[in-house]
Amino acid sequence: MATRVIQFREALREAMTEEMRRDPRIFLMGEEVAQYNGAYKVSQGMLEEFGPQRIIDAPISENGFAGLGIGAAMYGLRPIIEFMSWSFSLVAADQILNNAAKMLYMSGGQWGCPIVFRGNNGAGGQLGSTHSWCVEALYSNVPGLKIAIPSCPYDAKGLLKTAIRDPDPVFFLESERMLGDKGEVPEEEYTIPFGQAILRREGSDVTLVSFGRPVNFCMEAADELLQDGIACDVLDMRTVRPLDIDAIIASVKKTNRLVVVDQSWPFASVATEVITQTIERAFDHLDHEPVRVNTDDVPTPYAKNLEMEYLPNKGKIIAAVKSVVGTTV
Amino acid sequence: MPKKTVYSAKIEHIQILDEQGKLDASLAKDTLKDDEVVFLYEQMSISRHYDEIAFKLQRSGRMGTYPQNKGQEAGPAGAGYAIKKRGSIDWICPCYRENLALFLNGMPMEHILLHWMGDERGNQIPPGVNILPIAIPIGTQPLHAAGIAWAQKYQKTGAAAVTFFGDGATSEGDVHEAMNFASALKLPVVFFCQNNFWAISVPREVQTGSETIAQKGLAYGMPSYQIDGNDIFASYKTVRDALKTAVEDNQPVFIEAITYRLGDHTTADDARRYRDEKIVEQWRKKDPLIRTRKYLESKKMWSDKKQAELEAKAKELVDGVVKRAEGIATPAIGDIFDYSYAELPAELVRQRESMRTASLNEYPVTETLRR
Repeated sequence: MATRVIQFREALREAMTEEMRRDPRIFLMGEEVAQYNGAYKVSQGMLEEFGPQRIIDAPISENGFAGLGIGAAMYGLRPIIEFMSWSFSLVAADQILNNAAKMLYMSGGQWGCPIVFRGNNGAGGQLGSTHSWCVEALYSNVPGLKIAIPSCPYDAKGLLKTAIRDPDPVFFLESERMLGDKGEVPEEEYTIPFGQAILRREGSDVTLVSFGRPVNFCMEAADELLQDGIACDVLDMRTVRPLDIDAIIASVKKTNRLVVVDQSWPFASVATEVITQTIERAFDHLDHEPVRVNTDDVPTPYAKNLEMEYLPNKGKIIAAVKSVVGTTV
Repeated sequence: MPKKTVYSAKIEHIQILDEQGKLDASLAKDTLKDDEVVFLYEQMSISRHYDEIAFKLQRSGRMGTYPQNKGQEAGPAGAGYAIKKRGSIDWICPCYRENLALFLNGMPMEHILLHWMGDERGNQIPPGVNILPIAIPIGTQPLHAAGIAWAQKYQKTGAAAVTFFGDGATSEGDVHEAMNFASALKLPVVFFCQNNFWAISVPREVQTGSETIAQKGLAYGMPSYQIDGNDIFASYKTVRDALKTAVEDNQPVFIEAITYRLGDHTTADDARRYRDEKIVEQWRKKDPLIRTRKYLESKKMWSDKKQAELEAKAKELVDGVVKRAEGIATPAIGDIFDYSYAELPAELVRQRESMRTASLNEYPVTETLRR
């Protein structure tokens, strides 16, 4: 497969562009997606190719364009709704959680809602607490929706294409901090299935589970830990709903130790869920209590040093891994 | 510099058939023909009977909750008929007090009962019927109407979306966002607000400081009208014209239909606790059925004999509807997992197979599953 190195934002753009070429039902709507080429330049050039009928600048009204997209999806179109930040999705909660996620169920299977909501998730770098929301813990509690959270350009493209083709509502969580990340992406078409984690590093000492941006910190930590003779299985979940718990269990049965790295608050987080399910299914295989690396349990700090300290990072992950292997290695 | 007026507005109130059954012949010109008035009177009467039976079903424990439509039949009748006359191509995005607009455009009557009996399958609207499921959260559906209207415009179908909501919903942000979108993006939407003066127990004057609800439509830049919502002529004519404007000019239209909720908010409510019975009594005299019958009688198109025949017909029809709704088998327990996703994810397959979450032990064999 011929590959080239492109940015995360280009991978997202390619996914949308390719899908829009093959399916005229798809349109992109959001704040500044058209004339301005996207607040983060993800949709650069798309207005030029697809015109204002399919690349649509919306009024600053997240609940409005979320709801409009839901209506269009129920009718049979395939909307992609861009939230400049998932922080702004909170004002659209009734539409995205109470309508999109439940419409199929509440109509006895008659009214599906094939829609993608996508945008930046998590701390973007000194944006303050109201603009730094990590929504995966909050939203993954709701049945009826799917949540994809890529960690690299390859996954961004493959997962977004799957999201666009998916018949259910998909929440696609990107990161402002990763949009400029570069990575190898094939020239050829590919998609990545939902609900299948990928093993990024193989090792027999500890299972490191993560998703989204912190996967990259796990990789850095794993590299460094290897120098200390500690080999990690690094599992990138790719989607948290559905969650590939089988991959986690298989790894834990091999390593007998689990560390989960999650960029949201610890209480009732995805990390909590991963650990709960692991205990339910593989309790006897654990040689050490599972450990979470979440953020601190406070609103995201604004000050640079505090924000850095608040987020998961390589150092915290290394310390966590050492704590679970420490007694026996 | 002298001050100048940059915006001024007025709201027209449209009434064609008054509460005495007197018709304004010039305004009624080219609206409803005599046989159409008879048809709509019959439909409103059937809807009223359906409403009364639904209420009794609830009171006798055969239905969960039901919001009566009583007294508000004319607005949905005229609007629904205007949609029907266009071939029912336009999409209806309803809330829950416009049954007749749905019935006139292909919604099977038993589906609404089934819905209120507490069964998702009531919202399995037959393919080809352009009606969205009843929206219970207040005011969410006008945005879906904007989305559907956007799709109509994009696909050049020549159809519009008509959304119904109450006066209370106009305090919800969703409704305003829908109005703003429809106007800013030039979408073929007809906003039909049934102002029945009550949002459960909250009276209209507490809902908004605006003199009319119609003027809210003007603020968003769309033609806006206030009509007598108990007048089928006004409702039919205004919606018919609004649909034309919406489709031909991609111009949304706002209609405030003045009516009155003669019943409780739902069967879970008792309006006697907060409403002045004298005012309710005044509105009973404005009942759309009374005035329409008076009109038909004045034109010698209705009689006690016809009324008796209609009542017998309504009873037979609604009896059949109730029988069909109650005759649908209750869902199998395993069906609880159906429809949460287009395709059931592995974890839900696991839960369905075992009827257990993992914490109640994995994969116990159960005999309770019907599939």
